[in-house]
Amino acid sequence: MAANLERKPAAGRIWHGLVAAVVLVFLLLPLLVTFLFSISTVWQDTVLPEGYTLDSYVRLFTDQRFLDALGRSFLVAVLTVALSLIVMVPTIFIVSLYVPSLEKWLQTVVLMPFALPGVVSAVGLIKLYSNPPFAISGTIWILIGAYFIIILPYVYQSTRNSLRAVNAAELMEAAEVLGAGKAAAFLCVILPNILPGVIVASLLSFSIVFGEFVLANMLVGGSYEVVQVYLYHMMGVDGHLSSATIVTFFAFVLILYVLVLKIGNRKPRTALPSEGGKEETA
Amino acid sequence: MAGRSPSQNQVKLLLLLPFFLWLFAFLLLPAIMMLISSFHNEGGQGFTLGQYVKGLTHPLYTTAIKNSVMLSLVSALVGIVVAAFAAYSFTTFPPKSRDRMLSVSNMMTNFAGVPLAFGFIVLFGTNGMLTLLFKQLGLSFLVFDLYSWKGLAWVYIYFQIPVGILLIYPSLYALKQEWRESASLLGAGTVQYWLRIGVPVLLPGLVGTFSVLFANAMGAYATAYALVTSNFNLLPIQIGGLVSGDVFPRVELGSALAIILFLILALALFINEKMLRLARRGLNDGR
Repeated sequence: MAANLERKPAAGRIWHGLVAAVVLVFLLLPLLVTFLFSISTVWQDTVLPEGYTLDSYVRLFTDQRFLDALGRSFLVAVLTVALSLIVMVPTIFIVSLYVPSLEKWLQTVVLMPFALPGVVSAVGLIKLYSNPPFAISGTIWILIGAYFIIILPYVYQSTRNSLRAVNAAELMEAAEVLGAGKAAAFLCVILPNILPGVIVASLLSFSIVFGEFVLANMLVGGSYEVVQVYLYHMMGVDGHLSSATIVTFFAFVLILYVLVLKIGNRKPRTALPSEGGKEETA
Repeated sequence: MAGRSPSQNQVKLLLLLPFFLWLFAFLLLPAIMMLISSFHNEGGQGFTLGQYVKGLTHPLYTTAIKNSVMLSLVSALVGIVVAAFAAYSFTTFPPKSRDRMLSVSNMMTNFAGVPLAFGFIVLFGTNGMLTLLFKQLGLSFLVFDLYSWKGLAWVYIYFQIPVGILLIYPSLYALKQEWRESASLLGAGTVQYWLRIGVPVLLPGLVGTFSVLFANAMGAYATAYALVTSNFNLLPIQIGGLVSGDVFPRVELGSALAIILFLILALALFINEKMLRLARRGLNDGR
C-alpha cells in the first residue's frame, strides 16, 4: 500500500523530467552543434568533427570586416537605446502621472510593432525613405528610426511597471511638498528609483537590436553592414567564421540575460509604505 | 494636483512632442505611404484595386498566401502542444531548477533568423550531423530534406516552442492545486481532470497563445530567407522580393501584399485580445 502510494508520484517525476529534458535538449541542440562547428578543424562527412581548434575565433577577431560590422551594430544599438530612453522615459512618466486620458491610447500604440513584422514595416519605410526629400535609406539613421519603434513595447512595459512599483505619484508629491520643483523631483527622486527597470529595458532592447536581421538587410544591407547581415553573407562562404559569429553573438546575449536576471530580481528600493494607494489598473 | 499653471502644461506637452514626431515619421507616415502605394498602378500613379486583385488571384501569390497560412497553422499547433507539455513539466520542478529551465527556454527565443538557419543546416543539412548519424545507424527513415516543406516545418516548430513556453507559462498559475485534489477525491482520474477542468480553464490562454504563434510564423522572414533564399513560396518572401529584390522592384504590388499580410495578422491578434479578455473575466468569476 505504502509502496504503491510512493510509486505514483515517482512515475510522474520521471515523465516530467523526461519531457523537460527532451524539449530543452532539442532547444539547445542547434546552438551546441554551432559551437562544435566553430571549434572544429574539418567537419564535412563525419558525425563528429575530425579535430578541434580555436582558429575560427582568431580569424574572426582579426577579420576587419567583422570588427567593422560589430562596431556598427554596437553604435546602432547604443544610439537607439539611448535615444529611446531620453524620449520615452519622460513621455511615459508624464502620460501616466499627468495625462491619464492618453494612457490607454499609448498602451495600444506601443503594441503596434507586434502586428507589424519587419517585412511589412520595411515596405512603407522603403517607400518613404528611398527617395528625396528624405533619402536616408541605406544609412544608420533609418535603422535607428525603425528600431526605436521595435523596442517600444519593452521600454514601455519596464518603465511603466517601475513607475508603478515605486509609487511615482506619491514620490512626486512628497518631493514637491519638500520644496523640489517638478523637474528636480523627476531627475533626483523618480529617475534613481526606476533605474533598475530602465536598465532591464535597455539590456533587452540591446539584445533585440543586436539580433535584428530583416530590416537591417532590407533597408540598409551592404551599405552599412551590421553583424547579422555580415553573418548572412558569410554563411555561404565560410562556415567556420559564421559559426564563430553566432557563438560570439550568443555569448553576448547570455551576458545580457544574466544581467537582466540579476537586476530584475532586486527589490525596488522604496521608503514609502505601499498601503492603500493602489493605482487604477488598465 | 495643486498649482498647475498653463506654462507647466505647455512644458509637458512640449516634452511629449519628440515621441509623437518619431511615431509619425517611422510608424504612421510609412504605413500611410504603404496604404496609398497599394492603390497605385505599376507606375506609382492613379487609383486602382488592380494590385489587390493580382495579389488575391495570381496563382503565384495565392499559393504564397496558402503556403504561409498552412505553415503557420501547423507550426503553431505543434508548437503549442509541445510548449504546453514542456511548460507544465517545468512547473513540477522545485522553484530553483524551474526558474533555470525557464531562463534557458526564454533565452532560446533569441536563437532565430539567420543563426537558426545555420544551426539547422549543421544538424540536418545534406552532410548534417544528425543526417549522417541517422544514416550510419541505419535509421534512414528519420532523415528528411531540410530544404523541403517538411524541413521548413521543423525549423518553424523549433522557433515556436520557446515563444509558446514563454506565453503559456504564466497562464498555468490559473490552475489551483486544490482543484486537482478535489477532483481526485471525487474519483476523477488524470485524464478526466484534464479534460473536464484543466484544459477548459487554460483554453482562453491556449487560444490566445495559438494566435500569437500563428502571427509569429506568418510574419517570419529571416529564417526561410537565409535557408534557401527564394525556393519557398511564402508571403513574406514574396513581399521582400517585390520591394527589395534583385529583379525590378514592384513596390505597389509589394505594398498590397504587405497590407494583406497585415490584415491576417491583425485578425489573429484581435482574436488573442478577445481571448485574453475572456480569460481575465473567467479568472475574476472564479474568485
